[in-house]
Amino acid sequence: MRLHEYQAKQVFADAGVPTPASELAATVDDAVAAAEDIGYPVAIKAQVHVGGRGKAGGIELVEDADEAREVAADILGMDLKGFTVDRVLVEEAVDFANELYAGVTMDRGEGKPVAMVSTRGGVNIEEVAEEDPDAIAREHIDPAFGMHSYQARKAVYDAGVDREIAGDVASILTTLYQLWDDRDGADAEINPLMVTGDDEVIAADAVFNVDEDALFRQPELAEMEEEGEFAESELDRKADEYGFDYVRLSGNVGIIGNGAGLVMTTLDLVDHYGGAPANFLDVGGGAKADRITNALDMVFSDENVDSVVFNIFGGITRGDEVAKGINRALEQFDEIPKPVVVRLAGTNAEEGMEILNEDLVTVEQTLESAVQRAVEYADEVEA
Amino acid sequence: MSVLVDDDSRVIVQGITGGEGEFHTEQMIDYGTNVVAGAVPGKGGQEVAGVPVYDTVAEAAEAEDADTSVVFVPPAFAGDACFEALDAPLDLVVAITEGIPTQDMARVKRAEEETSTYLVGPNCPGLITPDEAKLGILPGNIFETGNVGLISRSGTLTYQVVDSLTQRGIGQSTAIGIGGDPIIGTSFIDALGLFEDDPDTDAVVMCGEIGGEDEEQAAAFIDEHMDTPVAGFIAGRTAPPGKRMGHAGAIVSGSGTGTAQSKIDALESAGVPVGDTPEEVVDNVEDLL
Repeated sequence: MRLHEYQAKQVFADAGVPTPASELAATVDDAVAAAEDIGYPVAIKAQVHVGGRGKAGGIELVEDADEAREVAADILGMDLKGFTVDRVLVEEAVDFANELYAGVTMDRGEGKPVAMVSTRGGVNIEEVAEEDPDAIAREHIDPAFGMHSYQARKAVYDAGVDREIAGDVASILTTLYQLWDDRDGADAEINPLMVTGDDEVIAADAVFNVDEDALFRQPELAEMEEEGEFAESELDRKADEYGFDYVRLSGNVGIIGNGAGLVMTTLDLVDHYGGAPANFLDVGGGAKADRITNALDMVFSDENVDSVVFNIFGGITRGDEVAKGINRALEQFDEIPKPVVVRLAGTNAEEGMEILNEDLVTVEQTLESAVQRAVEYADEVEA
Repeated sequence: MSVLVDDDSRVIVQGITGGEGEFHTEQMIDYGTNVVAGAVPGKGGQEVAGVPVYDTVAEAAEAEDADTSVVFVPPAFAGDACFEALDAPLDLVVAITEGIPTQDMARVKRAEEETSTYLVGPNCPGLITPDEAKLGILPGNIFETGNVGLISRSGTLTYQVVDSLTQRGIGQSTAIGIGGDPIIGTSFIDALGLFEDDPDTDAVVMCGEIGGEDEEQAAAFIDEHMDTPVAGFIAGRTAPPGKRMGHAGAIVSGSGTGTAQSKIDALESAGVPVGDTPEEVVDNVEDLL
């Protein structure tokens, strides 16, 4: 789960990381009032989860109230790579001499956290990592002990940060690690970490991704997640409400299945047989009829979907429950909105096949044939 | 023969009094698994599925001479349950629980490295040696005794492949679900090494998926250390970068590491045939045997 910039900044500021003065605004008037409060120049920044906001026109610098009004009106309501901008952050513009990078993440290969510092901030750090890995100083942290103070200093010196600010940067890195550790961070990142002409160090951007599996013990962050849902698409909100693992893609074959690996495989097979998957939807283990009904509702409400393939291999999920859920979802329609292909295997598959109303769906025996049939149906609709 | 689990394994179920724990304990016992105890704090003295329950794992291990545990404890407490099992100590700990915070697992992993215990999972279906014992939630009826080892990050994908193998008359020595989380106990390399040393495993199927670099490291290991042939499958070819595909660990990073293509390339250059479909994987296994 990713916090919005304004939320991450608040978390960082509360922990003592210096951040520029800023205010959140949802209307043009509020944005102008915030700019007047803070004093020009200010940056007006779209609050959406999109990489490269600046290049896409989602961040603009303004010098006075007229400009602020014009830019806020442009950005609020703007479509940024498929996301509508509902909120902007109005922020004091920092006059910087230098841009650094500081971050903490989990190195899954090592099974350990890693703290990182680079003097090449302000650009896409993943590109820096690829082109010039030595430009990023990395310090692996023993999870049993946490980060030692010397490790923060070492990362800062190894990165070649100027001596005048090394202490401040090490202290920000220490705070960042502490936050990451205390608040169940997945990634915590400051890019750019700006250095002013007076050697002040300020977090001009803030990224904080929280481990979704730890939200139960991070009530404040869970609240922020709910508050931040304004930026989600309707389908994503629905998936949250139903509690599905759901990812929307650009194709037209809707996919429902159980278990991440098998659902991914079903997507891959749609592609393999010449179709294009519309989504990933995992109903999880042991799904009952209601959940199955919700899954179909979810996929039907995606206007891109032309056909649906339902692939269940029951371990703890039972075929009879799946069949009941499919019947219930489809029997409410006078006419089935989109053709549904069903393949049931594993626990209680035979019982499921007996229950399934075959007037409403197409039944296939194998995963491969089910996917091929769904791709054919989608092609017919497109033709 | 088999790896990690057989009919001599003496098994504790942690979380045996919960709904999942009790249901799957019955299923494991029905399959022939030697479940000797349950461990649930505060529930010592009870009996579940005909098995005595103890307050601590150490007590259960000592009283019932157990060497293995299966963890069905809810995510908030599962990290602690793993520590308890590692400290008992036991030979094998299988964590079924999905949704354990990653930082908890980093600490468990750190502790595991200082023991000789095998930790399998978390977020896995468990493991099974057909006709001997199963630990976890795998549906026993689709498995058949044989000479193919199986390693997988995904539960239902394992069932899909096993079902096809069994239908074509190819049985399994042991199947290990290593789990879909970013930090897991037993890696592909660990499991491949076990099968390489097992005289009754003649071929291995490994089902990987997007995220991390475990499959790439496995490919290097196969190239250097394995005589037993391996067939591969990689799920997630169509997954977009930056999106978690169900499993916490199944994510292609923004910079493009952890892609299906990188894993397929690594395996193929180590001489591992990678099927485009589960049926093709089974074709490849037939060719290798």
